[in-house]
Amino acid sequence: MRRSLAAAFALCLSVGGALAQESVKEPIKLDIVNDSLPKSLTGAPGDAAAGKKVFLTRTLGNCLACHQVTSLKSEEFHGEFGPSLDGVAGRYSEAQLRLIVADPKRIFTNTVMPAFFRNEGLSRVRPEFVGKSILTAAQVEDVIAFLKTLN
Amino acid sequence: MARRYLGLAAVIAAAASAATLAVADEVERKGIAAPPGHVFKTIISGYEFRSKETRALQDDDLENPGFLAVERAADGWKKVEGSEGKSCMSCHGDAETSMKGVGAAMPKWDEKLKRPVNLEQRINICRSEQMKAEPWKFKSRELTDMTTFVRYQSHGMPVAVKTDGPMSSWFERGKQIYYTRYGQLDLACESCHERNNGKFMRADFLSQGQTNGFPTYRLRDQRLVPLHERFEGCMFDVRAEPFKPLSDEFLALELYVAWRGIGLPVETPSVRN
Repeated sequence: MRRSLAAAFALCLSVGGALAQESVKEPIKLDIVNDSLPKSLTGAPGDAAAGKKVFLTRTLGNCLACHQVTSLKSEEFHGEFGPSLDGVAGRYSEAQLRLIVADPKRIFTNTVMPAFFRNEGLSRVRPEFVGKSILTAAQVEDVIAFLKTLN
Repeated sequence: MARRYLGLAAVIAAAASAATLAVADEVERKGIAAPPGHVFKTIISGYEFRSKETRALQDDDLENPGFLAVERAADGWKKVEGSEGKSCMSCHGDAETSMKGVGAAMPKWDEKLKRPVNLEQRINICRSEQMKAEPWKFKSRELTDMTTFVRYQSHGMPVAVKTDGPMSSWFERGKQIYYTRYGQLDLACESCHERNNGKFMRADFLSQGQTNGFPTYRLRDQRLVPLHERFEGCMFDVRAEPFKPLSDEFLALELYVAWRGIGLPVETPSVRN
């Protein structure tokens, strides 16, 4: 059952491309192993430069709203909600970072950090966001690639 | 008088700390001691989280843009409307005496309707039933002005909502909403205003989310914003489908959040970002 759903999802992706992904309503299933996501969500590595952009863009990751990063000092208004991300690549493996970005409540149960790759189990989601995750799989991978540069 | 003193205190505090943004969060924010069993130890007005310029604007009755609404509604208070040929003044006389303390105790239980009623609703009930005039729409300038004017008559008085008796189920409902995560961003009121108040979030300090200054003049909107519009905005920003203004959900939340600020002086019309 789960496999056929995944296959349908994959087919949908390959046929419709990015547009189809936008309207996908099937719940996202994460392949969690030991509190981490070892496999790339796209099957390919992300792009750090694109990830930096997603990280900074307010309508996408908006990560700086809550976290500080010394290498992004030229950007204004680093937040204080979450920990500094300096050296985060040394504290967590890529697989751990992937789960923390995709669905941090799987590890830090009561965190205020949103799940960036989850599209169900949320309350009163505005119609235009129903069934959608904050970031796409590719955007999550790009953010992971960027986080890996923060040694 | 009290307001002038507060303004002076803010200027002195700011000067003493040579406050910059970087150290502003280190400045001790003055609050009031919370009653036993309260969620906070110290209850702090949103005023304390604002810059000294914004505070100064609020503290100066001549400069505070919210006072234009107070003046407009002072005229509206005397204006006869509706088929009964009445104004607010026909029944209530001088607002300065008859409305004193009213806005500090809202929302309040209505024995006839068997439900709590907030200030906007109370004003419209008066219009429909006593004046036989059209109720004002929520967010209309008239309703927000009159709400501001009536609440201003409680300026400096402590927020004093009743939460027991028939109000208790509404209080519990409001509490439940406060702690529920909503929207794609999956955030509750608590996530920011309880757990993270005082911290910097992008371009702003998160406050305790107190309601003692509402309706509040928001600098970004350049107008007075009623409380339920602010609730809506918060829910919208976490990508949630907001409850409707004046809905039971927002009434319950208004009651519960008022309790979280119990004892704070009414600051209406306050000035906020």
